[in-house]
This record gives sequence, structure tokens and C-alpha cells, in this order.
Amino acid sequence: MGLLDNINKLFDHRIRLGIMSILMVNEEVDFNRLKELLDVTDGNLASHTKTLEKAEYIKIRKAFIGKKPNTTYRATPLGKQEFKKHLAALEAIIKTKS
Amino acid sequence: MEKKNYLEDISEIKNLMNRSSRFLSLSGLSGILAGIYAILGATIAYLFLLPKGDYVVLHSWNFRMLVVVLVSVALLSFVTALLLTTRKAKQNNEKIWDGTSKRLLINFLVPMVTGGIYILIKLKSQHYGLTASLMLIFYGLALVNASKYTLGNIKYLGYVEIVLGLLCAAMPGYGLWFWIFGFGVLHIIYGSLIYVKEGKS
Repeated sequence: MGLLDNINKLFDHRIRLGIMSILMVNEEVDFNRLKELLDVTDGNLASHTKTLEKAEYIKIRKAFIGKKPNTTYRATPLGKQEFKKHLAALEAIIKTKS
Repeated sequence: MEKKNYLEDISEIKNLMNRSSRFLSLSGLSGILAGIYAILGATIAYLFLLPKGDYVVLHSWNFRMLVVVLVSVALLSFVTALLLTTRKAKQNNEKIWDGTSKRLLINFLVPMVTGGIYILIKLKSQHYGLTASLMLIFYGLALVNASKYTLGNIKYLGYVEIVLGLLCAAMPGYGLWFWIFGFGVLHIIYGSLIYVKEGKS
């Protein structure tokens, strides 16, 4: 069981895992870009970003470009740290399996 | 607890990291063509425009034609790359103009434009001896800089161009040959490597 201790439940979901992966390598990404990369619906994406924000893994910034609302996301230092832990845990599991 | 395929998770992470930060639709064929344009341009310059054993004089007809040939090669390569890359991006379902390709272009253009302006300033003061060397060096730097946002192995092409540029600076008089090798032969080799890879995948 010890191996699964470092698996972060929050990242144990395809869309949340995807959001974090993208934010690890991009400083700032907007809603539409995330939607396009992950191929999800508006509502779905919004609910998962909210979950990540509550955990303070990502920061949401709302702004306007002209009259259009534009929401951008970035990973917080805490989020990046937790994601790295999660990745290490994934790797450890795969190593022991093979 | 439900069994999950963690291996799939890892490959999904890798895939998203790449897709969100790198523009992967650069066309190999456009590299090959750019190399051919460069060699054709250099041949025209060598046969008709470069005086044998003499110096090129600034503002002479020959010099102007040399600049025309150079600009044509650059422009033709750029347009070819744009067309073929757009086509490939469409096949890959990748957007040609998004955050990733913008970043790629900006990171490529900063060293390129800096080098271009520097060369023009040097030409104004009659220092054209190092033009080929400077072009190779700045182009190499631009490739290394842009490689973070596209096919990672393009940085090796960049390193080779930089080394070639430095060698060229150390061996005055062979500028044209270094230029042909750097912009012609290397582009054809690298373009073919990508082209073969494209065919496989």
C-alpha cells in the first residue's frame, strides 16, 4: 500500500492531470487554449479548474480583452511541487510493476 | 481500489506537455528546398556576381544584385516553409497560428533580426568580410533559441551552424563555401532526416 501514499487524489483524474501537465510547461494559459488541448466542454473544464483552485494548486485570473472576458490560469508553486511528487509516485509504481 | 493504468497517465502527461508547448509540424521538405535555393543562389553569385580575386565594392551593381539574390533566397525559403508547414499542421490537426507557434517565431526572430541589423550596420561601414560568418552564427543562435518550442533536435543543427560560423570567421576568404555548406548542404541533410522520420510515423 505504501507505494500509493504519494498518489495525489486530486490528480487522479484525466482532466485535472491534463490541466496540471499543461500548466507545468506553460507560464500562463487561457480557457480556450485549455479547452482545445484537452477536448472538453466548458462546464467540465470550469468545474475541474475550480477544484484545483480550491486546493491552491492553480491561480485563476479574470480579465477582459475588449469586451470579451478572458480567463487565464497558472500553476502555483504549491501546485508544481505537488505535481512533481505525484509524477515521482507514478514512476515508482511503474518501476515496481515491471 | 480500482486498478488504473498509470503508464497511460504518464504518456498522457508527456503528450500534453509537448502539444501545449511545442509546435511540431515543421516540414522536412521545406528544409530540403531551402537548402537547394541557397545552393542555387550561391551558384548564381559565384558565376556572375562575385569578381574573381577582386573585392566587391559597396553600392556597385554587383553588390546590389548580390543583395537581391540573398533576399530572394531568404524570402523563397520563408514562403516555402510557411506553405508546407501550414499543410502539415492541417494534417496533424495542429493550429498554424496559436500561442506555441507565436512563441516559436518570436524566439527564432529575436537573434535573427538582431544579427540581420548588425550585419547591415557593418556593411554600411564597409565591413563585409565577416558577413557569412555572422549570418551562420546568428542563424545558429536563433535555431538553438527556438528549439525549446519545436522539434528538440533542431538545436543540434543550430550548434553546427554556430561552430561553422566561428570556423568561417577564423578562415577569411572562404566565406562563400562556408555559407553554401551551412545554408545549403546542412539544410538538405537535416531536412531529409526529418522527411524520412515523417514518412515513418
